[in-house]
Amino acid sequence: MIATLIAFITRVFTGAHAKWLGSPPPANKPTVYFANHTSNLDMVLLWAVLPNHIRAKTRPAAARDYWEKNAIRRYLAGSVFKAILIERKKVTRSNNPIVQLVQTLDEQTSIIIFPEGGRSATDEMMPFKSGLFHLATERPNTKFVPVFIQNLNRVMPKGEVLPIPLLCSVVFGSALVLDPAENKAAFLARAREAVINLSKS
Amino acid sequence: MKYDLETFELIGGVILLLAFASTIGAILKVRFKDAATLKVIENLNDRIRAWWIMVGVFGFGLMLGPVGTVALFTFMSFLALREYITLIPSKRGDHRALFWGFFIVTPIQYILVANHWYGLFSIFIPVYVYMLIPIRNVIAGDWQHFLERTARIQWGLMVCVYFVSYAPALLTLKLQNYEGQNAKLLFFFVCVVQMSDVFQYVWGKLCGRHKIAPNISPNKTVEGLFGGILSASFLGMALWWATPFSPWQAFGMSLVITIMGFFGGLTMSAIKRDRGVKDYGNFIAGHGGMLDRIDSLCFAAPVFFHLTRYFFTHS
Repeated sequence: MIATLIAFITRVFTGAHAKWLGSPPPANKPTVYFANHTSNLDMVLLWAVLPNHIRAKTRPAAARDYWEKNAIRRYLAGSVFKAILIERKKVTRSNNPIVQLVQTLDEQTSIIIFPEGGRSATDEMMPFKSGLFHLATERPNTKFVPVFIQNLNRVMPKGEVLPIPLLCSVVFGSALVLDPAENKAAFLARAREAVINLSKS
Repeated sequence: MKYDLETFELIGGVILLLAFASTIGAILKVRFKDAATLKVIENLNDRIRAWWIMVGVFGFGLMLGPVGTVALFTFMSFLALREYITLIPSKRGDHRALFWGFFIVTPIQYILVANHWYGLFSIFIPVYVYMLIPIRNVIAGDWQHFLERTARIQWGLMVCVYFVSYAPALLTLKLQNYEGQNAKLLFFFVCVVQMSDVFQYVWGKLCGRHKIAPNISPNKTVEGLFGGILSASFLGMALWWATPFSPWQAFGMSLVITIMGFFGGLTMSAIKRDRGVKDYGNFIAGHGGMLDRIDSLCFAAPVFFHLTRYFFTHS
């Protein structure tokens, strides 16, 4: 209920809706949505534009240190976005993010990740971290849907607290699947290229 | 504001016109079978449907009285500004100035209009906000492309907020033998400016041959322009009874409104073309964004307001 309301407010404020260039995946097949990362609101917006029935079965991956900072963030991350909180600083065998994400996929739940690992300060996307590839090798049949989020960095640039109501768009591309012959560098480059191509559409 | 018989006649006229358009649209849809024509008809029907909604919203705003009307135009300015700023490149250093533009400048301008404070609303944005924007940007400390960035924001606030606010400001004029009837004047203005767009479109489709501004707006033709402007001006003349004007004065006013509207549309098209887009948004099906719908209103409103104020108010 609150989740639906927050998703609605986010969509109204940013004027954004999902634009599917490929067909939306069936909600019962766990899917990985990966996108460019320019603003703290990226996760919220991508989550908000998903159709209700897909959103209900999708969890975004988010930084534990950021989302556990205060009670409000903890509530939003835990009860609203149902985020998978991952460790950025002290990664050990027991809190390995890949294990958490694979577990989520195994629970038939889709995930949202930002493979650049941090917010890019320029227009250029940073190289992708290898997590995306590890996920693909662990669960080879998973579909990877590239997503491009446009303009959100202007709504609330890094370092600003007050957003301005510009129009954003969220473009979903056609799904990628890991090719068995593909190595890590090739897969990550192909995935990154897919997001860049959406930015030109 | 009082609602006399004339107001209801105007509203009834619009409803009849739209009902007529919808009927034609429905008949055309059944008549034609080939895909290309059907696509044009579908677009036409989309536009008619959108007109029903726009007329409904506008009528509802007028019905709520001056405050409702001003609120409606505030919202329109807000949406237009949002489309404009989305399209125009801005940098991080502009963020605070833009925040001021959306949440402080826009509401203040309309509050001034609602309070009939002509002396301030007519200079607030062109003078004071004109200075505020560069000051805020200087405080932000980014000097790169300073003049372009500042000018873009000033321009957006002028067109999307200041110009548009002249339309509801028509309600504040004290006209001879026309007390409490200004809603009809606003209706007259919006009707002429919007019907001019429709007539130009129709005349252009029917007999448009010679392009008038091929570099900027290839769909606009000489035939469409003259047909549209004259049709809309005669429509304005035919509505003289609802205005403080004589028939020929109503014709002259309509002529000015439609010519300014034409240049407004052309100017806003030049910006779109420069930014490589066709529409400012997709807010209204078949019409593009809010700014696509009101670009002609923006340029016509201040001129119509000042002409009326100069020649028809009693001091």
